[in-house]
Amino acid sequence: MLRPLTTALAAALLCSCATTAPAGNAATAPSDATTSSDAKPSRFMQDPYQSTYRAIAAGPVLIRNATVLTGTGERLDGADVLMRDGRVAAVGVALDAPADATRVDGSGKWVTPGIIDVHSHLGVYSSPGVSAHSDGNEATAPVTANVWAEHSVWPQDPGFAKAMAGGVTSLQVLPGSANLVGGRGVTLKNVPATTYQAMKFPGAPWGLKMACGENPKRVYGQKAGPSTRMGNVSGYRAAFIDASEYLKKNGKKQDDAPKPRRWWEGGNGNGNGNAADSEKDTGGKRDLKLDTLAGAINGDILVHIHCYRADEMATMLDLAKEFGFKIAAFHHGVEAYKLADRLAAEGVCGALWADWWGFKMEAFDGIQENIAIVDRPANSCAIVHSDSEEGIQRLNQEAAKVIAHAKLANMEIAPERAIRWLTRNAAKSLGILDQTGTLEAGKMADVVLWNGNPFSVYAQAEQVYVDGARVYDRKDSARQPKSDFMLGQSVIGGAL
Amino acid sequence: MTRRALKALAVAALAFAAFNAAAQDSVLIRNATVHTGGAQGTLQNADVLIAGGKVRAVGVGLIAPANAQVIDAQGRPLSPTLFGGITEIGLEEVSGEKSTVDETLALGSETKQMTVRPEFDVTLAYNPESLLIPVARIEGIGWTLLGAGTAMGGSIVAGQGGVVRLDGGPDPIGPRVLFVKLGADASGLSGSSRAAQWMILDQLIDEVRGRIGPDANAALLTPAGRATLGRYIGGGGRVMVSVNRAADIRQLLRWAARHKVRIAIAGGAEAWKLAPQLAAAKVPVFVDPLANLPADFDAVGATMENAARLRAAGVAVGFSQGGDASHNARKVRQLAGNAVAAGLPWADGLAGITSVPADAFGVGGEVGRIVPGQRADLVLWSGDPLEVSSVALQVWMDGRAITMRSRQTDLRDRYIRSEVPAEQGGLPRAYPATDTR
Repeated sequence: MLRPLTTALAAALLCSCATTAPAGNAATAPSDATTSSDAKPSRFMQDPYQSTYRAIAAGPVLIRNATVLTGTGERLDGADVLMRDGRVAAVGVALDAPADATRVDGSGKWVTPGIIDVHSHLGVYSSPGVSAHSDGNEATAPVTANVWAEHSVWPQDPGFAKAMAGGVTSLQVLPGSANLVGGRGVTLKNVPATTYQAMKFPGAPWGLKMACGENPKRVYGQKAGPSTRMGNVSGYRAAFIDASEYLKKNGKKQDDAPKPRRWWEGGNGNGNGNAADSEKDTGGKRDLKLDTLAGAINGDILVHIHCYRADEMATMLDLAKEFGFKIAAFHHGVEAYKLADRLAAEGVCGALWADWWGFKMEAFDGIQENIAIVDRPANSCAIVHSDSEEGIQRLNQEAAKVIAHAKLANMEIAPERAIRWLTRNAAKSLGILDQTGTLEAGKMADVVLWNGNPFSVYAQAEQVYVDGARVYDRKDSARQPKSDFMLGQSVIGGAL
Repeated sequence: MTRRALKALAVAALAFAAFNAAAQDSVLIRNATVHTGGAQGTLQNADVLIAGGKVRAVGVGLIAPANAQVIDAQGRPLSPTLFGGITEIGLEEVSGEKSTVDETLALGSETKQMTVRPEFDVTLAYNPESLLIPVARIEGIGWTLLGAGTAMGGSIVAGQGGVVRLDGGPDPIGPRVLFVKLGADASGLSGSSRAAQWMILDQLIDEVRGRIGPDANAALLTPAGRATLGRYIGGGGRVMVSVNRAADIRQLLRWAARHKVRIAIAGGAEAWKLAPQLAAAKVPVFVDPLANLPADFDAVGATMENAARLRAAGVAVGFSQGGDASHNARKVRQLAGNAVAAGLPWADGLAGITSVPADAFGVGGEVGRIVPGQRADLVLWSGDPLEVSSVALQVWMDGRAITMRSRQTDLRDRYIRSEVPAEQGGLPRAYPATDTR
């Protein structure tokens, strides 16, 4: 399960660090994935739109005497969290801290890793929801693997700041689900910026958004198709047949030797220029659509599939086997509970809502215990996701609803387990678990200080740290970002 | 015999009838934290006596009648059943499937002509066997206001809805409510300008008043429509207006005062900007506290503090949600809880999904409080009813404990058990469960 993810991360890390070295943070990843021998980035992974993210320099911070949910499944009471140089330095009881550390009293409060939403359309369906902000579905053809969601992201979407106030430190922004293959998704650090590149999570692999079921067939049913579910599947297969051919022609060979630069790579010496994939490249024209699909087959781009029904998820698992790619996560999956054991056995995450249902036929069988049942088997990977500018602000509340209803069905779920649904498991599905998602020494200091148990309607994120910098403070208006759009609007009390 | 004595006799007779019924169906819920929603506020370690489908007494140390079923609440909260918001429960089964959706009239959709039919009454389409009803009810949602929607080919006057209790009964309770939509969301229904919304409304009033004759070229209303609308002009019924922008709300307040229309507001993202005026005009506002983003240019001032600010100014605040309010009706208490987290007093949070809507829609004598004489529509909670980590443990409708099951719990129980492999003779899950769990 993890092998392709690790490879992807290795490649991507090198890809971004080699030229921009963002603040030294990504370069000092704890598990130093860059030492892999598989160091040349695949041609399909070249990134001309590189991250320019810079961690905000901040002195050491010690949160003392809090209830800490580490995201690894542990709960530590009366514990401290030390952040230093943008990283989690230590988690434990009565930690020593440097004299210059800012000390934050965590008494009666809870600390968790930063929340990660694996399914967001912030920036691509921005607020206000005017037609000009409809940038999430390239609904002009059923397979648009060539488009990248990041090229639609409007960093001034006021939703980013609201999500931050809800404890969200990272998010994957995806294309919509109109298309069979919607395009590449991008993982962002949730920090205010003028460009999306300055939010782009250093080294995070791209996602590939695909969609099952009703949406594509509805959107294309009156056009050239597909108009049926069988049409959907033939569409995926045709696309991956093309991609397999393309990969055969252009893909990396086992006995890789140093390769000459290809004409389509340009000569600007951007650090990736020598990264051709094939000895025998015939110099065919580069195809953006097939680049992405080939990257998915290679495991460099992580496949995220919008899919509601259990039977359709099973079809997609077969499709993945047919073409040799791995599915990172099914999104929405209101019927994932019907397939929970298989998802766990195949190492596929289920990114799910707590209780949405019934808005269309394929969502008719939603139940409130879905996440709990998906979480139950060994090696499971249940995730709470939002797909909503409202839900992303309150993923902790969504999880709380699941815990409550699971209990009613005799499934006791401890907070230290549930927090993984919105931190660790989310990070795993995005291929960034070795960077963030848990409070382990060496990871990015993406941390939330809550005013109490986060699994409550009254819980509020008091302080949010990204790479050790306090980017949000509910009690300090100087630490509450506001998008350009909100300037000059007659809004009182900007925090809420 | 004096009138008073007659009345006393009638009451005694009623009580006797109730007592007879009580032999079978009286229930005493003991030792609850009773959120009455009435003058008594919240009572600790209190008892509620139910008989004949009604609440008979609320207090500490009540005596259980013989044969009464006694339930020990163990200190847990007991509330009235909750208002599910303005929904289409029973009017739609699957939102995306038109054949299952009945809340919107669009007679002119083919020709893109505006048709104005205030006499349209969605309660006539209400299906009391909708699967949405048990789904909401087992979460403590006991009643809802069915709303009429707008669409091209209809008009900004959507039609009428009404309150239904989610007890499986076929008929609404209380008076009808007229639905009107204003602002950007409705400008496509008013010639692409919100200014024309007032022009249209004023014309309709002219028709009701006879200043535009029924045969006039411009006339929009049918005789039934004139009669229906006439009932709401001059204060005869509640008009629920969906509107968000402060400027539109200001115009609405002037219009309502001019024509003596008893309005309520749904949405009201920027209502807090006019809180004192809304309080003075006694306009209840049904907000969605989770709608804290500038969803459009009518809601640039959206804030989670909307409810708290309105209430602080004296406005009656209720809750209702945007989006798929019907399937998500159970989410309404999360709305209230979030409003409380954003500064609304807790009791006002509960009132926003109990007594405030009950009073606003003319059913405050039946639902929304735990006081003697009201229907015994009650919920026993595992904890704070506004808290997402709480669940409804038992719901009573008219004093009867309902079966706490829905299609969703059936699905859950079918799949939560382990499956016996076919190799071992196990039947697929489609068969009734036998030995495994």
